[in-house]
Amino acid sequence: MSETLERPAAKADLQVVGTRPIRPDGADKVTGRAAYGADFNMPGQLVGKVLRSPHAHARIVSIDASKAKALPGAKAVVTAADFPDLASEVLEGGEQASNLRDLSLNVMARGKALYHGHAVAAVAAISSEVADEALSRIKVTYEVLPHVTEVEAAMAPDAPLLHDHLFTEGLEARPDKPSNVARRHRNLRGDPEAAFADADVVVEGRYVTPPVHQGYIEPQACVAAWAEDGRCDVWSSSQGQFMVRTYCAKVLGVEISDIRVTPAEIGGGFGGKTTVYLEPLALALSRASGHPVKMVMTREEVFRATGPTSGSVMNVRFGAKKDGTITAAEVELKFQAGAFPGSPVGAACMTALACYDVPNFLITGYDVVNNTPKVAAYRAPGAPIAAFAVESAIDDLARALSMDPIALREKNAVRDGTKASYGPTYQNIGYVETLAAIRDSEHYKAPLGPNQGRGVAVGFWFNVGGESTAAVNIAEDGSAVVVTGNPDIGGSRASMAMMAAETLGIPVERVRPMVADTASIGYSMLTGGSRTTFATGMAVVQAAEKVIADLKARAAKLWDVPADQVEWRGGEAICLDPKADKKPLTLETLAAQSARTGGPIAAQVSINAQGAGPGFGVHLCDVEVDPETGQVSVVRYTAAQDVGRAIHPSYVEGQVQGGVAQGVGWALNEEYIFDAQGQMENPGFLDYRMPVASDLPMLDAILVEVPNPRHPYGAKGVGEVPIVPPLAAVANALRGATGVRIPALPLSPPKVLAALDGAKAG
Amino acid sequence: MSQLAYLAPSSPEEAAKALAASGARPLSGGTDLLVQLRSGRTSPSLIVDLKRIAGAVGIREEAGGFVIGASTSGAVLGEHAGLLRAWPGVVEGANLIGSTQVQGRASLAGNLCNASPAADGVPALVAARATCVIVGPNGRREAPVESIPAGPGKTSLAPGEFILEFRLPARPPRASDAYLRLTPRTEMDIAVAGAGVNLVLHEDGTVAEAHVALGAVAPTVLHVEAAGAALVGTRLEDEALAALAAAAQAACKPISDKRGTAEYRTRIAGVLARRAAVIAYQRAGGQR
Ligand SMILES: Cc1cc2nc3c(=O)[nH]c(=O)nc-3n(C[C@H](O)[C@H](O)[C@H](O)COP(=O)(O)OP(=O)(O)OC[C@H]3O[C@@H](n4cnc5c(N)ncnc54)[C@H](O)[C@@H]3O)c2cc1C
Repeated sequence: MSETLERPAAKADLQVVGTRPIRPDGADKVTGRAAYGADFNMPGQLVGKVLRSPHAHARIVSIDASKAKALPGAKAVVTAADFPDLASEVLEGGEQASNLRDLSLNVMARGKALYHGHAVAAVAAISSEVADEALSRIKVTYEVLPHVTEVEAAMAPDAPLLHDHLFTEGLEARPDKPSNVARRHRNLRGDPEAAFADADVVVEGRYVTPPVHQGYIEPQACVAAWAEDGRCDVWSSSQGQFMVRTYCAKVLGVEISDIRVTPAEIGGGFGGKTTVYLEPLALALSRASGHPVKMVMTREEVFRATGPTSGSVMNVRFGAKKDGTITAAEVELKFQAGAFPGSPVGAACMTALACYDVPNFLITGYDVVNNTPKVAAYRAPGAPIAAFAVESAIDDLARALSMDPIALREKNAVRDGTKASYGPTYQNIGYVETLAAIRDSEHYKAPLGPNQGRGVAVGFWFNVGGESTAAVNIAEDGSAVVVTGNPDIGGSRASMAMMAAETLGIPVERVRPMVADTASIGYSMLTGGSRTTFATGMAVVQAAEKVIADLKARAAKLWDVPADQVEWRGGEAICLDPKADKKPLTLETLAAQSARTGGPIAAQVSINAQGAGPGFGVHLCDVEVDPETGQVSVVRYTAAQDVGRAIHPSYVEGQVQGGVAQGVGWALNEEYIFDAQGQMENPGFLDYRMPVASDLPMLDAILVEVPNPRHPYGAKGVGEVPIVPPLAAVANALRGATGVRIPALPLSPPKVLAALDGAKAG
Repeated sequence: MSQLAYLAPSSPEEAAKALAASGARPLSGGTDLLVQLRSGRTSPSLIVDLKRIAGAVGIREEAGGFVIGASTSGAVLGEHAGLLRAWPGVVEGANLIGSTQVQGRASLAGNLCNASPAADGVPALVAARATCVIVGPNGRREAPVESIPAGPGKTSLAPGEFILEFRLPARPPRASDAYLRLTPRTEMDIAVAGAGVNLVLHEDGTVAEAHVALGAVAPTVLHVEAAGAALVGTRLEDEALAALAAAAQAACKPISDKRGTAEYRTRIAGVLARRAAVIAYQRAGGQR
């Protein structure tokens, strides 16, 4: 490409990036016109519903669907027998790799039901009522097996085994007996035991967190239509239409290109929609019935059968010198994976010490299966959990050293050139700048009221790049359509339009961003890993640059000057040769004449984007506790984050605020409550208490901009870092308010009151 | 498969007749009934909407007291200045239900007859010594509010009976009330415990009459006479408040469930009763 943008462009030169235009999808969303998963309908469609296991662990002895099939209006019944029995195969999806066999077994149980809510059969019928009746006529004979819920119980040698074929990986020698521990992760640097022996101060703690759900507003929903010739269409709400396409093709054993997936507007995902649950069932039901099939989960099904993130038990120990230099760390993480391997404990191990320059450490992680729904990605998967333990211990270390908590973190901070605990050497990171932003904030110096306390916590997330395709198509009037394959879950349409407008030099209102179906644009990895603005944005910029190169060539042709005598500036081709005496040609003019200069003006670019910059957040939280009831309220919150450069600052702030809100919910009230049979007791928002708007104060976001030189406009991923620090920030604030460390989430009123009582009793 | 019919009669007699049929259920705001219908927890064959009956919606003053149409929404209660002045606790209980959207529909009759032990609208009504006018196949009768709930999800109403209105007595000077609940979230939540306190003061600021009602700490709302008695003759000195809390806690018979342990609910009931008493006392013009 001939165009030489300075990378990243200097901020002063930017016209569009960094401004706050109205989002292109805004009017549709506030007027209700936006079409979400459940809004799509087809003529003749049937209603699909799922029969779910009433047991947490049971052998499926037999399934008799004859009475259901005989019901008038019931058009199809499918069970595992209608899907191929797949071999183990690892698929790289986006946020987390998944095993194809496990994916298929999670979609439809085969032989064993592994959690209460596991799908065992599905029906399609002419109405919701007939579908319910058909479900009630399916007779499943179960042999109930002992189940296990808690992570340490699942690790015990005599625990009920979920999978006979599961042997712990990552040990020195292959074990001779199967176990619920799927993998042990281990990362050792230096000599931690010697360093602990030498330390002036040692702090340690055991921390516990419950599984929590992503809590997206929109339950999973889809329509599938299988045509007689074997081609199929799926309309669904997900974080990636290409992910849905691949997974459905593999689970059903069909050609990938035979499936077209059209993405609906998405009502929240937070990682939870990076896999499939309904789509393969709807396709199988459509194939069996010959009709389109629509499936929509209830909220109860969302809780019983879709991924939460892991519950955990963690042990953390830090050793330091009197001056605050951390010399040793030991981190042990035990994560529930749910019914199949694949908890985010690997990422948790990698992020646990990512903010600290520690010479000696041992990090150990265990990925443990148990009889609860298979976990799914949730915003910075694993990192908030590990950060809860590590940042709580660091807070205790600051107290033990009588050091300011930010000064302690500054003293041990990773910087450019530091070798990260997980391997690479940091470059262009903005961590110390972010610490300084909080240290220097008005909030950090503000006085506290009675029963109030203040907590600091930090967090890290890698952010990823990866495969993306983007097309920029210029219309005859000079307006532009930007097409990508990434569902917009956090304002990415706005960012795509802005980067295209900036590059082309036209107003953002003249750019219309579109999210296309799998047949209309090249492959893109799903929206996840905080990758879209970075990676797909890079593809958009490159496609726009390709268009510019083409425009310059056309101008050169019209002017009959050499191509290197044309420059693109401010949305116009400018002739550099003063002798030629040519007036600039605008995009409109060139677009109007496109037929004469070579046909339509359009470019598509497919890339595998590299160089995503890691992100760091520093959070400051004030809580107030009611000493008589144990109720904790967050009264003030400030979150600073290195965002590289904010393309649309409002949506970056929105990402920060949203992550904090979810993190505060995780800290204060959210938890899965299981009864003795392993059945979730609170599968609804009444008793699964996510915060409501009135539970939170205004959440202040400070955007620190240390640009990423690998992105044309300096962007780093921003969507995941904000959920990493809040769990510990709230817990540390409560520690400050009460003098008591409560190492188990959630910090719900009864638990806090009991801890206060315990402290009083001495 | 089930059929569902809907009727909106304009007279109480017609409603009572329709409700006498088996499978018939009265409807006020529907914020409980429709949710239960959708989740499959209830499957009535006939819904009788009471809101078209004269008197079922609206508030009128009568003989110094108030008559509240049983199906009146929380939003309407919250905008009635006279009611708010005389019975701020009754109104705040009703107004705590749900959210702004739910307030546009939710009624006191629905709250009472849904018979949740945690109903927010009920304790303050009981502390107020409110009664309800019940219409049924055999005519009208009047009964104290606390006689309606018979256990979680159960009422003492006979088949065909429904509540047409609530009656709140006339208010002497220096009288007020308050309701407090504890929920882990600020709204859209179910009370772990709730306390309504209704006080009448003497001119010298001592308590002449006191009623304390507790929610979510027993199968039905509790009118705790001993707790009220602990305040009579006092100016809510610390010892009086401690005696109130102790009496309230002694009356609690809660369950432990996902929403709170018995121990926690009991303890909180005492705290809330104490705090609600102080608010009611100050509203009545008392100075501690
Ligand atoms: C989102 C949400 C939040 C909520 N939050 C709260 C809360 O914070 N606190 C709380 O206490 N409740 C809460 N509720 C429950 C509910 O809103 C209240 O109980 C409300 O007062 C019910 O009133 P309604 O008029 O809607 O009753 P309906 O749903 O119409 O009726 C409820 C029951 O009472 C019966 N009934 C109705 N009217 C009469 C009558 N006149 N005579 C005899 N029986 C009758 C019905 O048959 C039904 O069994 C909430 C509900 C929702 C959906």
